[in-house]
Amino acid sequence: MSPDRLPHLSLKLPVWRTRFVLVCLILGFTGLGVRAMYLQGMEHEDLQAEGAKRYARTLEMPAHRGMITDRHGEPLAVSTPVDSVGVSLWKFSITDAQRKQLAGLLGLDPAEVAKKLSPDQRGVVFLKRHLPPEQAARVMALDVPGIFLQREHRRYYPAGDVLSHVLGYTDIDEHGTEGIELAQDGQLAGRPGSRRVIKDLKGRVVEDVERVRAPRQGQDVALSIDLKLQYIAYRELKQAVTLHKAKAGSIVVLDSESGEILALANVPTFNPNNRAKYEPSRARNRALVDLFEPGSTLKPFTIAAALESGRYTPQTVIQTAGGALPLGNHVIRDVHAGGNMTVSEVLQRSSNVGTARMALSLPSHDLWTMLSSSGFGTVPRVGFPGEAGGRLRDPKSWKQIEQATMSYGHGISVSLMQLARAYTVFCGDGELMPLTLLKRTDPVAGVPVVSAKTALAMREMLQLVTQPGGTAPKAQVVGYRVAGKTGTAHKLVNGNYAPDRYASSFVGLAPASRPRLIVAVLIDEPSAGQHYGGQVAAPVASAVLAGALRVLSVPPDLPIPRTPLPSVVDAVGEEV
Amino acid sequence: MIRLNLVLLLVAVLSALAAVTAQHRARGLVIDLEKEEKTTQQLNEEWRQLQTEQSTYAMLPHIENVATRRLRMQVPVAGQVQMVDGPVRTVSRP
Repeated sequence: MSPDRLPHLSLKLPVWRTRFVLVCLILGFTGLGVRAMYLQGMEHEDLQAEGAKRYARTLEMPAHRGMITDRHGEPLAVSTPVDSVGVSLWKFSITDAQRKQLAGLLGLDPAEVAKKLSPDQRGVVFLKRHLPPEQAARVMALDVPGIFLQREHRRYYPAGDVLSHVLGYTDIDEHGTEGIELAQDGQLAGRPGSRRVIKDLKGRVVEDVERVRAPRQGQDVALSIDLKLQYIAYRELKQAVTLHKAKAGSIVVLDSESGEILALANVPTFNPNNRAKYEPSRARNRALVDLFEPGSTLKPFTIAAALESGRYTPQTVIQTAGGALPLGNHVIRDVHAGGNMTVSEVLQRSSNVGTARMALSLPSHDLWTMLSSSGFGTVPRVGFPGEAGGRLRDPKSWKQIEQATMSYGHGISVSLMQLARAYTVFCGDGELMPLTLLKRTDPVAGVPVVSAKTALAMREMLQLVTQPGGTAPKAQVVGYRVAGKTGTAHKLVNGNYAPDRYASSFVGLAPASRPRLIVAVLIDEPSAGQHYGGQVAAPVASAVLAGALRVLSVPPDLPIPRTPLPSVVDAVGEEV
Repeated sequence: MIRLNLVLLLVAVLSALAAVTAQHRARGLVIDLEKEEKTTQQLNEEWRQLQTEQSTYAMLPHIENVATRRLRMQVPVAGQVQMVDGPVRTVSRP
C-alpha cells in the first residue's frame, strides 16, 4: 500500500507555492536581521538612554545658605529646615473628614482646599509652603494618599527686631532682597549641585554614576556688629524714643580705630521672623538711608577748618556779644546769648553767631574742602544697599547767608552714619576712617583730613561740651572722659523750618584721652516737652558708652570715687 | 586539550560569579553610604536648629531678665568696680 495509490494523498502542489513561501521566509528573516543590525549599530545610543531612563535618576544635591554671624560668631541669620506640603493629584484621594482635618492643620479654609484639589487638575499642587517640621509631621500622620512633603529652608533671625534693619531679609526662595542678605548674597548663597545615580526597584540608590555639578555650600559672613553692644544700643534708644514720644530714632556705634560699625539700631523696627506684619516704613534703615539737617553737630567741622587756617586758636576771642548777627534780611541768633566768647566757649555753648563769624572769615572753598573731605556729600560705602550720600552744594553757588548757616549745620543734609564717620577725624591723628559692616581683621589706613594737632585740640574742646557749662553734661560717664557735640535742628517741612518739630542729635567719643568708640544718636521729633540734643540724645549716648566701655573692658581714664567693696567673708556669710 | 578547556570554562564561570557578587556588595555599600550621608544631612540640620535654639536662649534680653528678676543681680555702679592691673593683659580687643 504505497501512498501513491491513494488518490486523495497524491495531490501534487504547484512548485511556485513552495518557492513563494521560501522567498517570504528568507525576506522576513533578512528584514529582521537588518532591523536588528540597525538598532544595534546605528541607534544604540538612543536606546541605551531610553533604557537608562528606567533606572537612572538625576538627584539634586542641596546646598545651604551661609550663616550671618556677629563679630564673635553669634548666629544672627540661620537657615532652618521647613516643610512644604505638596499633593500629587493623580494619586490623590481624600475623605471629607480628612479634608476638614487637613484644612485645620494648615490653617486654610476647607472650601479653598477643595478648590485647589479639584480632580480635573493634573500634576503637583503646593498646598502650603514653609511649615515647621513638627506641624508637617502631623499632616503626614493623616495618611492621605498623594500628599508629600518637600524639604526647604527659611531664614530665622535669633536676634529678632534688635538687628533687623542691618540684616535685611530674603524672599521665600532664600534669595537676599534687602540689607546684608542682599549685599552679601554672592557669598551667602549656596549653589545646589546634581548627580546621576542608579536606583533599584525599592528606590534605593545603588550606584553613583557621575557628579554632573558639585554643590557649593554658602559661606558664612561675619559682621562687624557686636551683639552685646547692639542690644545695649537698641534698648537705650528704644527707651529714649518712648520716653520722649519721638517719631523715630537711630543710633550708630563705631570703633574709631578700625572703622567697624559695632552697633546700628533704628526705632521703629520690625520682627523679621514674622513677615505677615511687614510695613515698609518700619523696615527702613534710617541711620543709613534717611537724610536730615544736622544742626550744631556739624559745628566742630567749621571750627576745625578755622583752626587749620592758622588764624584761630582755641583761645581766640570771637565777637558774639548780644547773640545776634544780622546778615541781609536774616538775623542769626544764639539760644543762650552772652558776652564775647573764645573759640572753645563757642563750641562748648554751641554759639551760632560765633561759628558763623568764623565761617564767614574763611574762603568758602576751604570750608567746603573741610566738609567734603570729612565725607559729607559722598556715600559712606559701608556695604549696605541704598546708602544715602547727602547733599553738599558746590561752594561757587554759596551765598554769604548760606555759608553762615551751613557752618552750624543748616542747608546741608547728612545721614547719621555720615555724621558718625566724620567724627573719626577727631579721634586719631586727623584721619577719616573707611567704615564697614563686615568684620575687619587687618588694620586699615585712613585718609588725612586735618593735622594731628588740630584733632587733639578738637578733642580737648569737645570734652568741654560734657563739662558743667557745656550743652551736654548728661553725656558724662563715670570714670571716662567723654567728648561730644549736641545738635538741635528744626526740621524742614515743605521747604520751611517747622517751629515745633526737631531733630535732636548727639555725637560722642570716649575715652577722650584715646578714643575707642564713637556713638551717634538721632532722636526724630521728640514731643514730650524736651527737645534739646543735650537733654534727649546725650543721655542715650552716655548710657550706651557706659555699657559698651564696660563690655569691652576699656580702662577708665578718670579717677573713680571708691565705694568700699563688701569683704569676701561678709558676702559668703550672707549666702549661707 | 578538552581538560584545559574545561578548567578554563570553570575559571570563567567562577570569575563571572565573583563579578556579580562584587557588584552586589558594591551596591550594598553604596546603599549604606547613602544612608550615612542622609544621617549627616539630618545631623547638620539638627545642629543648625540647636544652634538657633541656643542663641534664642542666650539672647541678652532673656539673660538680663533672668539675672535681674530671678537671680536679683544688678550691674555694679562705677564706684564698686575695682580695676586690677594683672601681669596678664586680659583686656583684649574683640
